Amino acid sequence: MSEAPAAPHTASADARHGAGQLDLLLAPPRARTGWRVLPARVLAMCVVELQKLRHDRTELYTRAVQPALWLLVFGETFTRIKAIPTGGTPYIDYLAPGIIAQSAMFIAIFYGIMIIWERDAGILTKLLVTPTPRAALIAGKAFAAGVKALVQAVVVIVIAALLGVAMTWNPLRLLGVVVAVVLGSAFFSCLSMTIAGIVLTRDRLMGIGQAITMPLFFASNALYPVAIMPGWLQTVSTMNPLSYQVDALRGLLLGTHAHLALDYAVLIAAAVAGIAAASSLLGRLAR
Amino acid sequence: MTPDEIPEENCEEAADETLGGASRAGAPGPAPAPDASDAVLCRGLRYAFGETRAVDGVDLSVRAGEVFGLLGPNGAGKTTAIRCITTLLPVPAGMVRVFGHDTAKERMAVRRLLGYVPQQLSADAGLTGRENVTLFARVFDVSRRERAARVEQALAAVGLTDAADRLAKTYSGGMIRRLELAQALVSAPRLLMLDEPTIGLDPIARTSVWDHINAVRAATGMTVLVTTHYMDEADQYCDRVALMHHGRIRALGTPDELKSALRVRRRTAPAPATTGTSAHPSPASTSHPHFSASPLSSSPLSSPPSSAAPSRSSDAAPTLEDVFRDVAGSGLDEQSGDFRDVRSTRRTAHRVG
Ligand SMILES: Nc1ncnc2c1ncn2[C@@H]1O[C@H](COP(=O)(O)OP(=O)(O)OP(=O)(O)O)[C@@H](O)[C@H]1O
Ligand SMILES: [Mg+2]
Repeated sequence: MSEAPAAPHTASADARHGAGQLDLLLAPPRARTGWRVLPARVLAMCVVELQKLRHDRTELYTRAVQPALWLLVFGETFTRIKAIPTGGTPYIDYLAPGIIAQSAMFIAIFYGIMIIWERDAGILTKLLVTPTPRAALIAGKAFAAGVKALVQAVVVIVIAALLGVAMTWNPLRLLGVVVAVVLGSAFFSCLSMTIAGIVLTRDRLMGIGQAITMPLFFASNALYPVAIMPGWLQTVSTMNPLSYQVDALRGLLLGTHAHLALDYAVLIAAAVAGIAAASSLLGRLAR
Repeated sequence: MTPDEIPEENCEEAADETLGGASRAGAPGPAPAPDASDAVLCRGLRYAFGETRAVDGVDLSVRAGEVFGLLGPNGAGKTTAIRCITTLLPVPAGMVRVFGHDTAKERMAVRRLLGYVPQQLSADAGLTGRENVTLFARVFDVSRRERAARVEQALAAVGLTDAADRLAKTYSGGMIRRLELAQALVSAPRLLMLDEPTIGLDPIARTSVWDHINAVRAATGMTVLVTTHYMDEADQYCDRVALMHHGRIRALGTPDELKSALRVRRRTAPAPATTGTSAHPSPASTSHPHFSASPLSSSPLSSPPSSAAPSRSSDAAPTLEDVFRDVAGSGLDEQSGDFRDVRSTRRTAHRVG
């Protein structure tokens, strides 16, 4: 009896819905192979991210409050008292790229926390049973975080422009901004996914996430030039990918002197290392 | 971003490709001749979480095209076994093959054959039903040309066409289950793995889920491997069932075979009392030594005596639940299923989101 798949036990069948046409569900899709898998999966994850943002924009708005306050309160005040040597640029202009990078980083680190939520909800589990290599899954998540951070960055740029920050509108430079924001967010989301793979629970990761975001922010050139930092902080800052992201953004948006080649090299290396680290720990989350 | 950071999985994929066609021919399987016509073949499968031996030596073969039920109480190891077959867990001991592909060596090839619905409700609440299914179409490489139509058919196959553009967080539990079914079906899997597909659903939703499974199965001829607590469901919908307890398969056969085997055994061993079989043989049934003494000698069940007339009815026909109580023996009622098991089961019953 078991040999006959054509005879389901319930003769009743399903009159109301009627299974309808199923012809497409008979043949499995043609498998992508080799290098084509990676971009396809990254695209799939990014599309999902944009769809979610389309359905629920509240996070976009609530997360715009903090950067707006930084620019408005901190930026305006320090512009007036001229306490920080910025080499002639108004402080609020100097600050804007730092705040863009900061808000992108916050999004990215929170995004990594979401992977534990997705694990607990069974969503990750199901994705792990699809023909998606782990590195492609992590890369997909990392770039989806980048897409989300990018949308946030646009909001912050608009706020900054409204506050009178003079930024470039050169499309090539803006493209560079996009790349820098996406790469930086890819790294920070991988950082938090890596930590997720180590600590495994959402509560612990939340704690660690809270604990590291501010130090990462302060130990970078987002608020003040590296030159005025004490020596030990300068060392930390040179190891902090956020500094390179801010340097690139500042150079591109304000036209200040930047080390773009070095910045992008560091950001790419950090993102690749982050993806490798997070995907090697992904198995622990699946267990 | 270059593909060079995925070396391990890449070679795995390359291996899949070369093995894809040839694995059936010269599969160097160790001991038991792996029959590629088996949808699932497990030999000596074991998996332990620390001290807990969740799966403790399972031999199993699921034939292509059948509906196979894996039954057992909380903590029996059903989910763990399923997760080994789906490549979610490594297979530390033993062997698992899906249509002849080794789950340890050809993970990608195995995953392409699988549709998986995990125990907990797992649709993405922040997406619409259609978007949830489209994600899986993308991830299984459905071409852009076919994507929309295929997603539409998968949604139609589970009766969600009308609700397709609502966010999944507005779905009822039964709808979520059907949505997950659509997600699993969109890639035309040859093996559908369902872990407690009807848990926490009301009777109508349960029937609806099963009707959809059966309708699609009739059309596609896919194999279904399902776990459940509900013996009546297994009896009604499964071609063959395996009863699992403490990580082992205690009995295996068609529901009718198992029931008639029990009837024969009861006749030979003069079991007292237990008159109204289906009426709960209270936990105090441990006081009947015959009942609790028989359990572990379950081997005859695997090849049930054909002499036993398959005509049911007659005197107090045993149910599958009676069979289960018989093979699992005492200790089924309260001891098994620790807090963790119950908690995970209850979590399953919750809505997503
Ligand atoms: N991630 C885990 N870590 C540690 N122990 C686990 C884990 N998952 C399952 N176990 C244990 O392994 C055993 C088998 O669990 P499993 O989930 O496979 O049972 P099950 O048959 O699916 O039960 P249920 O019907 O409750 O879903 C149980 O004792 C359980 O506590
Ligand atoms: Mg289970």
